[in-house]
Amino acid sequence: MSLYASGSQTVGPYLHIGLTWLNTSNIAGPGVKGERVTIHGRLVDGDGVGVGDGLIEIWQANAEGAYAHPEDRQKKTLEKGFRGFGRIPTDAKGAFEFTTIKAGRVPGPDGKLQAPHLSVTVFMRGLLKQLSTRVYFPGDPANAQDPVLNLVPAARRATLVARRGSKGVLEWNIVLQGKDETAFFDF
Amino acid sequence: MSKINAYRRFHPGTQPEYDFPFYASTARRHPTQPLVIVPQTLSEITGPVFGTDDLKPTDHDLTRQHKGDPIGERIIVSGRVLDENGRPLPHTLVEVWQANAAGRYPHKNDTHNAPVDPNFSGAGRALTDAEGRYRFISIRPGEYPWRNHYNAWRPAHIHFSLFGRAFLTRMVTQMYFPGDPLLEYDPMYMSIPDAKARVRLVSQFDWENTVPEHALAYRFDIVLRGREATPMDKSPGE
Repeated sequence: MSLYASGSQTVGPYLHIGLTWLNTSNIAGPGVKGERVTIHGRLVDGDGVGVGDGLIEIWQANAEGAYAHPEDRQKKTLEKGFRGFGRIPTDAKGAFEFTTIKAGRVPGPDGKLQAPHLSVTVFMRGLLKQLSTRVYFPGDPANAQDPVLNLVPAARRATLVARRGSKGVLEWNIVLQGKDETAFFDF
Repeated sequence: MSKINAYRRFHPGTQPEYDFPFYASTARRHPTQPLVIVPQTLSEITGPVFGTDDLKPTDHDLTRQHKGDPIGERIIVSGRVLDENGRPLPHTLVEVWQANAAGRYPHKNDTHNAPVDPNFSGAGRALTDAEGRYRFISIRPGEYPWRNHYNAWRPAHIHFSLFGRAFLTRMVTQMYFPGDPLLEYDPMYMSIPDAKARVRLVSQFDWENTVPEHALAYRFDIVLRGREATPMDKSPGE
């Protein structure tokens, strides 16, 4: 039997009603090992205006590079209670912020390890189908060899790497259009 | 590391374009650069797992979340979550949200001049069972105006959010009602290019699940991306 996937539709302006219950400001609870990071950014539309009715979702491995999922068959330890999922709405000005741990390295397409990254899905009113991208960590030597990052045109690669901001916070914006347009994926 | 069993790409015509001028808000919110085609890795074929601990017993019944009964026509919405190979997706999270019977959302940004119902929040969630089935009890949502174009009205709909087994099978869609005259004027519904794919977002009247003297029922199956290769049954010689 062969079917076709259902058509995607926008979350619309009232997304919070159905989705807020899973909001997560801290993806890694107290028992989770790893380097704590806070990522702050803005979701910005083609006019440079913050998107006040957007939402991002994060999916990540723990610091060892293990996903809390049955298809991750690596022999790595996973902390009890670590799901690796976050849902963060934007505020009225389009800003979002969450705390987590820096993800570990996970296997890539050629069996080599990928650079640490968080997978990101973006939803908002005015977006008929989610957008997918990644955040990488600044200054990680593995970024230069990352098989996914290297498929992004060199001039746009920086849009996927967070920047060090003040007080240790990492800054990473999602820009929908224009000069700094974020690279989005199709997989 | 075993090889990735990749998911199929979307069939042409089944998904909306990001830039869809009839839905005005897409103009400044769609990417203008081509998407970067990347391989599916462990990061994409895994995704969050939810369980019964995440839910409360009344989460699937939108009519029992307050002291009184919500106003409106009680409905049962049920169906299955399948992959493109027709296999049920068991124990996967389904989230829904919708307007009340008057077409009003309890949301600060909803300024439509229609009454809020103190007995209706309009949000629900459920996990599918072992056969991929879900079931919600709710009230039929009302149509409501929006400002996309002159005299624009959204057809009655329920928002659905699904996860499936992987981060790349994540899907948000909307369920519509059969025979709704507003469908052909709705930019969101019409954003699905293929007419057959559009119709799959319309639920079917479901006699079998109606409850006499209590509720009508609608059936809505949702299909998420499926694997390219499906594990073959072993031949007798193996």
